[in-house]
Amino acid sequence: MLVATNLTKSYLSGGQPLTVLKEVSLEVEPGGFLAVVGPSGCGKTTLLGLLAGLDVPTSGRVQLDGQDLGALGEDARAQLRAEKVGFVFQSFQLIPTLTAQENVQVPIELRGHRHAARTGKDGESAADRARELLARVGLQGREHHYPAQLSGGEQQRVAIARAFANEPRILFADEPTGNLDAATGARVIELLTQLNRELGTTLVLVTHDPALAQRAAKVLYLHDGAAVTPSAPRPAAS
Amino acid sequence: MTRVRFVLAMAWRESRAARRRLLLFASAISIGVAALVAISSFTANLETAVRREARALLGADLALASSRPFTPPVQRLIDSAGQAGIAVTGRITFSSMAYVPRIPDRSRLADVRAVGRGFPFYGDVVTKPADRWRMLDTGRVAIVDTSLLVSLGARIGDSLVLGNSRFLIAATVVEVPGRLAGGVNSFGSQVYIPERYARETGLIVFGSRVSYSALLKFDRPSDARRFADRHGRQLRTERVRVQTAEETESDITSALDNMESFLQFVGLIALLLGGIGVASGVTAFLAGKLETIAVLRCLGARRPLIFAIYLTQAVVLGLIAAAFGSALGAGVQLVLPHLLKGLLPLDVRVTLEPMILLAGVGIGVGVSVLFALRPLLEVRLVSPLQAIRKAYETDQALPRDPWRLAALGLLAAGVLALCMGRNEDPRVGLSFAASIAASVLILTGTARLAVGAARRATTRRRVRERWPYVLRQGLANLHRPRNQTRAVVTALGFGVGLLAALYLVQANLLRQVSFTTARTAGRPNLVFIDIQPDQADGVQRTIREAGDPVLQAVPMVPMRITEVNGRGVQRLRTDSAARRPASWTLRREYRSTWRDTMVGSETLVQGAWWHGRGEGVRDSAGTMVFPLSLSTDVASDLHVGIGDRITWDVQGQPVVTRVVVLREVDWRRFEPNFFAVFSTAALEHAPCMWVVLTRVDDAGRRALLQRAIAERFSNVIAYDVALIQQTVERIFKKVAIAVRFMASFSLITGGLVLLGAVAAGRLQRIREGALLKALGATRRQLSRILLTEYLALGALSALVGVGLATLGAWAFVHWVLTLDFTLPVLSIGAVFVGTAALVAVVGLTASREVFRRTAMEVLRDI
Repeated sequence: MLVATNLTKSYLSGGQPLTVLKEVSLEVEPGGFLAVVGPSGCGKTTLLGLLAGLDVPTSGRVQLDGQDLGALGEDARAQLRAEKVGFVFQSFQLIPTLTAQENVQVPIELRGHRHAARTGKDGESAADRARELLARVGLQGREHHYPAQLSGGEQQRVAIARAFANEPRILFADEPTGNLDAATGARVIELLTQLNRELGTTLVLVTHDPALAQRAAKVLYLHDGAAVTPSAPRPAAS
Repeated sequence: MTRVRFVLAMAWRESRAARRRLLLFASAISIGVAALVAISSFTANLETAVRREARALLGADLALASSRPFTPPVQRLIDSAGQAGIAVTGRITFSSMAYVPRIPDRSRLADVRAVGRGFPFYGDVVTKPADRWRMLDTGRVAIVDTSLLVSLGARIGDSLVLGNSRFLIAATVVEVPGRLAGGVNSFGSQVYIPERYARETGLIVFGSRVSYSALLKFDRPSDARRFADRHGRQLRTERVRVQTAEETESDITSALDNMESFLQFVGLIALLLGGIGVASGVTAFLAGKLETIAVLRCLGARRPLIFAIYLTQAVVLGLIAAAFGSALGAGVQLVLPHLLKGLLPLDVRVTLEPMILLAGVGIGVGVSVLFALRPLLEVRLVSPLQAIRKAYETDQALPRDPWRLAALGLLAAGVLALCMGRNEDPRVGLSFAASIAASVLILTGTARLAVGAARRATTRRRVRERWPYVLRQGLANLHRPRNQTRAVVTALGFGVGLLAALYLVQANLLRQVSFTTARTAGRPNLVFIDIQPDQADGVQRTIREAGDPVLQAVPMVPMRITEVNGRGVQRLRTDSAARRPASWTLRREYRSTWRDTMVGSETLVQGAWWHGRGEGVRDSAGTMVFPLSLSTDVASDLHVGIGDRITWDVQGQPVVTRVVVLREVDWRRFEPNFFAVFSTAALEHAPCMWVVLTRVDDAGRRALLQRAIAERFSNVIAYDVALIQQTVERIFKKVAIAVRFMASFSLITGGLVLLGAVAAGRLQRIREGALLKALGATRRQLSRILLTEYLALGALSALVGVGLATLGAWAFVHWVLTLDFTLPVLSIGAVFVGTAALVAVVGLTASREVFRRTAMEVLRDI
């Protein structure tokens, strides 16, 4: 599903080249669950950006669902994301001017206008689908609330509903519990893994929480931009 | 859902929290569109009125006019036209002192129009009481301006003395065609009397300025044209001006062109300032949207789609603002004719022109989009990475974006097209565009310098250590990221600059009109003209008997040039362009004097003045040649110098002169000044009239003296400098009000840009304010920081505006009006302080939320 080979990323920082990711390689099966773990500043978010095609590597290759991201332009990568990728962010990143339902609708509509153009029909309406997804994350009756009117946990559940809205083949979650208390965080993870199981969605989770990483089938440890152990059954780190 | 529907829906949803703010940004466009629509509608209405009333303005299809009675051939031509069935009437215009015997101490200068039967052929005359105009055909009556009754203290039914005659005041005139056209002088009140009594007033004497007109009415306008074509040449050689109604129309149109151009310019400026407001608003709005855009990109939205969403917002916003502006403009145009009343030669009927309203909407949307385009293009550069990390560093420098250059090019082309489209003359359009570009460059350049200066000042160590914190923080706000300094300084600076420039030009002009003389002791403030030679002593005696001084008594002789260095006027007119004298020098009637010295307003440039009577010298051909002094301006336009020979026609007698003195004349002095000064021997026996100057400080005594002269010497005209000054000031005020009204549009736009800028930074301010409060800043300190910032912003805008205005006004006064420029320091200082204060008040008021919200409330919001 997702294959990365020798990913390296350097930035110019104050005129000096700074390598934040060094030769990282990984592979995730369809329906698999990979956790990327490491301390702050180890390059987790950079890796996620590269894997999702938000950014391009300085060297190395990413293949997503059989497609080489390096061969695609920015807008082609955007189209790929619209069709196959979902996101959950640490700071939820709901669009503040849209209601919960409208936020969930965005990916459906983004993909929908291309689908509709191809198939000539809309199928199930985006609004119906969004309501259904919100119900699944336990937010019936909150469809018309704006993000500012929802608690952090509720906002993250809206974000999860949005992430699954276009039935992505792969879901990237960037510290999804980072801004939540332990109990709420646990429920959010429960929701993610449940959807992962039910829909067969490949899950890539970035976290600094080793306990959370334990739930993944596969764990990648990053330290100073390098993979410490590509794949190990259990972490030995504290 | 189709793509278009998605874009529309997203554009609508995405604008939710910001609609009021967006409308505020866009309202700047409304004001600009309003100004443009008002001006265009008004101009269109004016042109319609001119077309409609051209014949009424002339009062006929064709008018023949001359400053002397028609010669027998001309009279024969007019008579034969009358016999051929063409309706003919006449009009004689001259000046007179008017008074009412019942009121002992008043007299007033009147502009007498002695009109024949049937005048005017076209247009309606309205009198009060109604329908008394035709009494002119039968009675010995006068129909007068209301202003005359007021200044004389007279009423209808009084008898009015004009020269040697008395007339019954039958009515006042409310409306008469051609009221402002063709007057001998515009300072007097108008008085209409029957033409048949003109001669017996005794006012048409040697030297008095009289205009004779014959007015003809044809069956078809083309007949008038044909008549003018057939007889024009002959009439012109008889010194008769020929004017058809069509020519009147084009004359008036071209006279109004300057005013229209100016108003158009002001309207365009307001619109473009609105565009700057939109650009800065869009920039600030998008700055708050970076995360949303990044998330949309993460979710798979392609760049063109995101661009389309925000472009749609800009278009819809522009549409709303422009439609509102168009409606506002339709309202404003109702006001314009009132502001310009008394300046326009005709009544302007206000009608709404749908095409102009529509064009206003179109232009408004176009300008909004053109200005929004460049900031909108930035949304394409937002990386989806910004959704997962805020500070996003890129490893490559931004390439030179061809789209951005294209947007700039499009903007420049749009502004140029707008300027060209609003002016029929492409040169005027080009100069519009050039002046706009220059002004904007100067303004943005200055703003950029100021931002840089603020940055350098606040980072300098000495400043960091010695200046109080609130001052440093306030100044630092001018250059911090996302500042609106440039937009505000440009827009406000332009508004202030335009108003200040108008004020400066007006102040300089009015200073000239006040003639300094009128206020300086010892300089004349009362002038008597048209004094016949046998009256000269009597007038002077009357003045002295009243206890007032005779400051100058000068003879004047009317004359024309017939030859220069032996070449006749006809030949001179056909000379090569380099040698041909300026046409005014050959056409005009010179009023010259004789004396043996120079006067205070003159400076010797070249040559030596003659001694004593300046007797003539016979040349080799036996012709008597007299010495002559010319003013430098007429000498250079005539292409003559010392030693050149000029022959004059003095009432039919040739007088041959040789230029021996060139002198420079200060024409601004309100004293009799002359292009040509002759020697006593040359002119003392020529028919002449006298001008006598005096100074009477007390207004009451000045009135009594005028009345005494008017009663004793009925043909003598008095000019009261104070009254002339009042008249000129009144006209200026009218013009100034209209111009300021339009200029205020740009100031309002500037204010809106300021409000928009404050609103754009609102969230950032509130957060900073909350943080500062949390860190222990008092509300007092906060308000001082903001006060410093807005005072600096206001002072900067005012400085730039006033600077630009001074430069522009100086250039205009110096090069176009060729007057000395003075800067009214106090008033300009007041403009400066006022602008700074206004900006501070608006800024603080708009930022009051910063003080109101508590630190906790805001931090929770973050």
